[in-house]
Amino acid sequence: MKKQDGAVTAKKKKITWQVLWKQRYLLLMSVPFVVWIIIFKYIPLWGWTMAFQEVKPATFALPIWERTFVGLKNFAKAFSDRLFVQTMVNTLGTSLLDIVVGTVSAIAFAVLLNEMTFRRTKKLSQTISYLPHFVSWVIIASIAKNIFNDGGVVDTLLGTRLHLMSTNSPLIWVVIVIINCWKEVGWNAIIYLSAMAGIDTGLYEAAEMDGANRFQKMWHITLPGIRPTIVVMLIMSIGGILGVGMERQMLLSNPLVQDHTMVLSWFSYVRGIGSSDYGLGTAIGVFQSVIGITLLLIANKVAGMIGEDKLI
Amino acid sequence: MAVKKKRTWFDYVLLVFFIFLMIITLYPFLNVLAISFNDATDTVRNINFLIPRVFTLSNYRYVFKEGGIAMPFLLSVAKTIVGTMLGVVCTAMLAYTLSRRDFVLRKFFTLLFVVTMYVSGGLIPEYLLIMRTLKLGNNFMVYILPGLIWVYNMILVRSYIDGLPYALQEAAVLDGANDFQIWYRIIVPLCKPVIATVALFYAVGQWNSFMDTYLYAKKLPTLQYKLYEIMSQATVQIDPHSASNRTAAVTPMSVRMAVTIVATVPIVVVYPFLQKYFIGGMTVGSVKD
Repeated sequence: MKKQDGAVTAKKKKITWQVLWKQRYLLLMSVPFVVWIIIFKYIPLWGWTMAFQEVKPATFALPIWERTFVGLKNFAKAFSDRLFVQTMVNTLGTSLLDIVVGTVSAIAFAVLLNEMTFRRTKKLSQTISYLPHFVSWVIIASIAKNIFNDGGVVDTLLGTRLHLMSTNSPLIWVVIVIINCWKEVGWNAIIYLSAMAGIDTGLYEAAEMDGANRFQKMWHITLPGIRPTIVVMLIMSIGGILGVGMERQMLLSNPLVQDHTMVLSWFSYVRGIGSSDYGLGTAIGVFQSVIGITLLLIANKVAGMIGEDKLI
Repeated sequence: MAVKKKRTWFDYVLLVFFIFLMIITLYPFLNVLAISFNDATDTVRNINFLIPRVFTLSNYRYVFKEGGIAMPFLLSVAKTIVGTMLGVVCTAMLAYTLSRRDFVLRKFFTLLFVVTMYVSGGLIPEYLLIMRTLKLGNNFMVYILPGLIWVYNMILVRSYIDGLPYALQEAAVLDGANDFQIWYRIIVPLCKPVIATVALFYAVGQWNSFMDTYLYAKKLPTLQYKLYEIMSQATVQIDPHSASNRTAAVTPMSVRMAVTIVATVPIVVVYPFLQKYFIGGMTVGSVKD
């Protein structure tokens, strides 16, 4: 969408009572929401201080200066928790698989769809491809049980029992990643498809003159054309590597496989709310965010160093 | 692609491939639909089918009469309607004020909102704020207030308003309209397309949300949460032999399938509209200045 510059450039005004009175309707229409965002988004940010305090239900009501500061004790407690190592392994394992499978499938989907010459099937398959994105995880989990549970569709098709969702092993990661890929591939492909729409068609024509075949065009024009987009998406997903959502993990889990589905956000919930150790739960959350931001910055830096477009 | 080219074998491979993908995407849904209309005792035999083998409506009848789905369903509907309407009005109002270049606090307020897209307090502080400080647990407002405005949606509407001719607003000022009247009489009617987009986003988000009930309001179960409960029960009592001694002849499986369909139908109904609007939404949503 184009923006009309110049037409609306107002001079920089000083904030005086007179101006505020003149803009009272604008204030009335925005200040309530500013109050709202301060309450619901900025107060929880202040809650990060709990990571450095001993906060249990009994001490939560105390004002902040009366709580005991414990330094990094909550972090030490989190790292020495019996679940911590396994949780980290699960988080990283699921995440990395997610990034690899998710990115490759979305790019493949977009590149191949871009090559489709049957117009109506092309449109229809794109339309259908993002339907699962709009369906809730609860429904997806319910459906996934039919497909992957013992005696489910996959077992029936293959005529054996694979115990995909009932083996206490990292096999469940693969199941979760496949379901996630199935749900999101069409949606994730949209961004690559719109990047492809921006590729200069002259490049394809020139390549054709030079006698390039379709695969060469895909490899030498389409893929390099969407490369900046791929890099940006990768940087972002590396930043979110520890941020695997609790909802998906919890819904696709069951007591048999729980050892391998526990991820950091869920762990933070279990310790923070399940066992009511608010300080510890917050510390896990803070750890997750800080590592996330650090990884994002590192990935960004590395992208810059190897000559790619940076995100920030 | 202006010139029609001759199709090669590769085009047909792609055609088959994409038809295959469509089947993979749709089959799980159709399978659930078929099971939900199939006789529960027959389903125990084998669940892999597309057309009900023994057609029955008893699963749905059970779900609505005895399964306790009616209340959660109404609650989900109420939450979706209230959340969407309030969300849209608040978003449009805020977006308008932040689009006004002469508004003295515009930059500061915009920054306040945009920052929250990148940093958040996290699960535990939010939980404590809502449950302990604000005491919103098991209160209907917990479904509405914490997620009242999505900053992303606000930016979407703001970008749209930025694209409207400013002269309209100037003309209204000359006619003696105040800022609220400009918003209500001029901006809102012109923003219908973007408001429709944003309304769909809010509605789908509200309908699908599950964690809010799970964390804050288990006593006000929504349809999604009810489905979760049924799912966790079904894994416990998976014994197929218990199916026959039930009067209504339903199994946890058939009940789960019927509820899954009830929860999916609204999404499928709005899907054509979603489809139409959201691609535009995806690409417009860039943060400006």
